[in-house]
Amino acid sequence: MPLLEAIDVHGGYGGMNILNGVDMAIEADEIGVIVGPNGAGKSTMLKAVFGLLTITGGEIRLRGDPITNLAPHKLVERGMGFVPQEKNIFPSLSVAENLEMGAFLKPGTVSRLKRQIYDIFPPLYDKRHQPAGELSGGQRQMVAMGRALMNEPSVLLLDEPTAGLSPRYMNEIFEQVKRISATGVGVLMVEQNAKQALRIAHRGFVLAAGQNRFTDSGEALLADPQVAKSFLGG
Amino acid sequence: MNELIYFFNYVVVAGSVTGCIYAMGAIGVTLIYSILRFAHFAHADMMTLGAFVVLLLTLAFPHAGDSLGLPTAIVMLPLAMIFTSLVAVGIDRVFYQPLRAHGVKPIVMVIASLGVTLMLQGLIRLFSGTGAESLYVEARKAIFRIELPGVTRPIIITEPQVILFVVTLVAVIGLHLFLTRARLGKAMRAMSDNPDLARASGINTKLIITLTWVIAGSLATLAGTLLSLDVAFKPDLSFFLLLPIFAAAIVGGVGHPYGAIAGGFLVGFAETLAVFNWSVLLRPLRDSLPSWLELPNNLALVGTEYKIVVPFFILIAVLVWRPTGLFKGKVI
Repeated sequence: MPLLEAIDVHGGYGGMNILNGVDMAIEADEIGVIVGPNGAGKSTMLKAVFGLLTITGGEIRLRGDPITNLAPHKLVERGMGFVPQEKNIFPSLSVAENLEMGAFLKPGTVSRLKRQIYDIFPPLYDKRHQPAGELSGGQRQMVAMGRALMNEPSVLLLDEPTAGLSPRYMNEIFEQVKRISATGVGVLMVEQNAKQALRIAHRGFVLAAGQNRFTDSGEALLADPQVAKSFLGG
Repeated sequence: MNELIYFFNYVVVAGSVTGCIYAMGAIGVTLIYSILRFAHFAHADMMTLGAFVVLLLTLAFPHAGDSLGLPTAIVMLPLAMIFTSLVAVGIDRVFYQPLRAHGVKPIVMVIASLGVTLMLQGLIRLFSGTGAESLYVEARKAIFRIELPGVTRPIIITEPQVILFVVTLVAVIGLHLFLTRARLGKAMRAMSDNPDLARASGINTKLIITLTWVIAGSLATLAGTLLSLDVAFKPDLSFFLLLPIFAAAIVGGVGHPYGAIAGGFLVGFAETLAVFNWSVLLRPLRDSLPSWLELPNNLALVGTEYKIVVPFFILIAVLVWRPTGLFKGKVI
């Protein structure tokens, strides 16, 4: 049984459908990457999974249980973590406090988990008392991912984690995503840097106009001349 | 020296008293703004309400404080704080929460809070009458006179003023510890920073909202009661408090509790300094002044009756030159 499964999902904002039947599935230790042109519904799909918009058709399942249209905080309780693309930190709170807020539902585990996060993202340890809003873009992204990981999620949703980052930071974030997934956390992420992201993807979903255009392993999608021609810039 | 004592009594003591009151009111305004994103105009009436509840309790049990050696009103404070907090949470559930659920614009909330102001004012007046009432029922206000060697004029400070300083200090330190150490306090700051992310982190935002009203209601009760204890309870107390506490919150930077404290003292001292009769300090120099310059009897910048214009001017100045306030807050 897949960890996270979406079956023929339809939905959008204010009666306008953006998703017109998306299917995806990832296993517990896999990285799933959603790529596609602008306006394909990539971020919308991620938000639909996290209950941020109303799904009008289809179903989403977490470990086989239907979670369609559950409120975000219910999904957090069930072990889902979400890192929005923007406004994904608490800028006036210190790095340590940002992490603590991620474990709000599990106050007993805070100190153990904080140590784990500092192991995954060493730069954060030195800055732990600094307001998160003063950090660089890459470090903010680490705080954002760290905050979501503090809840020990079984599945982590990342909305363009490398947007606006330098190539050096982009590679670093991808490395960390690989490490997170290796600990048994399923990762579903939306990416603009499609080629690099597909290289670490176990599952790749190429969306266009709110539908799956290609679905395969990351490797196979990178090797597919049709995908390369129409979506990866040749 | 006598003149300096006069200055101490009429500026340092009086300014600190006003500053404490404004600070506690402004903290409430700023907290409500940072969590609920609207200017809560009914806040000064929550101060009046708190003081009124204390007055009722004191009238009912005038000797409750005798055994503790404290004014009865102080003994009644915790009860009144609980009651006022419950009313504040109730008002939120009945009037503000349905509007929030509809996702209305902040200005609609502001207008709703204006309605709550009028309602609370009317209700208080209905039960209290329009006159002033002392919170010292069947008891007398203790006044401490501290004589200093070499001067004839004593430093005068009253019992409620001493209590006010202690209570403000405890409340501010308590709030600071709560916001920086407690899990819910940090969650409150998190929600102020980024409400969507707070929800996505599993923070119970309804609980935070309730907590905000409890803290704001309790501080309002403290400020309203201690002011009434120092002067007298008046049903139109809020009329004279609303503008200064908003000025204090905006001067300090809306959304910053520490800014609200600084703003409260700034507005409080500005008011006191503006109504202070500076001629008193110049009197010892009278002999050395040239004969054509006659020292007037009153050299205050504004008359006491007009002191409300001071926060008004401060507010305008801040909004023109630094709309985010001293601590870079949000713009209302």
